Amino acid sequence: MFDWIQYFADWLIYGVFGVGAETHLGAALNFFVYDTLKILLLLFLITFLMGIVNAYFPVERLRNFLGRNKLHGGEYLLASVFGAVTPFCSCSSVPLFIGFVQGGIPLGVTFSFLITSPLVNEVALAMFLGMFGWKTTLIYATSGILLGTVGGWVLGKMNLQNYLSDWVKQLWENAQHETEALEADAQTFAQRLPGIARGAWDIVKSVVLYVIIGIGIGAAMHGYVPENFFNEYLSGGQWWTVPLAVIIAVPLYANAAGILPVIQVLVAKGVPLGTAIAFMMGTVGLSLPEATLLKKVMTMKLIAIFFGTVAAFIILSGYLFNLIL
Amino acid sequence: MKDIKILGTGCPKCKQTTAIVEETVSRLGIDATVEKVEDIMEIMKYNVMSTPAVVVDGNVVFKGRVPTATEVEAMLAN
Repeated sequence: MFDWIQYFADWLIYGVFGVGAETHLGAALNFFVYDTLKILLLLFLITFLMGIVNAYFPVERLRNFLGRNKLHGGEYLLASVFGAVTPFCSCSSVPLFIGFVQGGIPLGVTFSFLITSPLVNEVALAMFLGMFGWKTTLIYATSGILLGTVGGWVLGKMNLQNYLSDWVKQLWENAQHETEALEADAQTFAQRLPGIARGAWDIVKSVVLYVIIGIGIGAAMHGYVPENFFNEYLSGGQWWTVPLAVIIAVPLYANAAGILPVIQVLVAKGVPLGTAIAFMMGTVGLSLPEATLLKKVMTMKLIAIFFGTVAAFIILSGYLFNLIL
Repeated sequence: MKDIKILGTGCPKCKQTTAIVEETVSRLGIDATVEKVEDIMEIMKYNVMSTPAVVVDGNVVFKGRVPTATEVEAMLAN
């Protein structure tokens, strides 16, 4: 599927620019062009597919469904899966949260959605597919969804509604379990497609710079960090490496596009994949800007419990990956 | 006179939407007020879960995406 990108990269670097394939620079440039194009193409395709799913299952429909049906625990998984396929934007997490509360959705189910939404997002999936292949991508997506499911369930058991902001608590107490019917969207599939494609293109445009910078740093590190450099420090299996990776990751606000190329190099140079995935999850799943936004609807204590629980589960899954991969 | 509100917490997409609506209104010379609503409690009154959203005379016409100028034009023509 991506052969033609490789031909193009070969043609551009070795042919047009005349940089030799056997030189260090030529190999690095070729890698850079190939990876960037491949990832941008994947990103467009994934965002486009998610856009189609979202056009038919908007999040309001999920809320109404969850409000009406008893799923005996399945609601956590459903909310988590939905979080994965919904394009994530940190500025819409607050309206989403309130919307769920108003609809009478249990707090834990709402948390399931909130955990998975940034963790498994279109940019992360495209980057994983492009850099690690579909197996690792599948492992990442599945574990992200499970983490959201279990994390939300555990948070739900803690009866945290008292730690909501006062005005949200009021909403919570007056939640309407009956939500009004969705207004039918009159647009046909063919009418919607251009809009969905444009949305996908906008997302590609908004991260293209990060992808280029990230892959650029990755390409540079490839050539200049000695092989097995990190082996000495990080892959000796010391127990503290996974928690340390997560603690470093939380204040490091970067999106998946910037961080994954660096992670790929770290893995190539000897960092265990589980530690790297835990680092990645900490970076995209727990961000301080999101915490600042959530302050409008939650007390600091609740944010701390939320972040603490998710961080604990990320650390656990890091250990698990290191054991099984 | 139309009363147009753009609901959004200040993300880039919301600013984009505001720019498109304002540009269309002035280009067509429509008699309308365009107001940006950033307060989350105010936004939630419209029962909108995905921003940006565009509200005209109290009705939500677009939500969760940036409308095109053509769409805004068609909507304002009604």
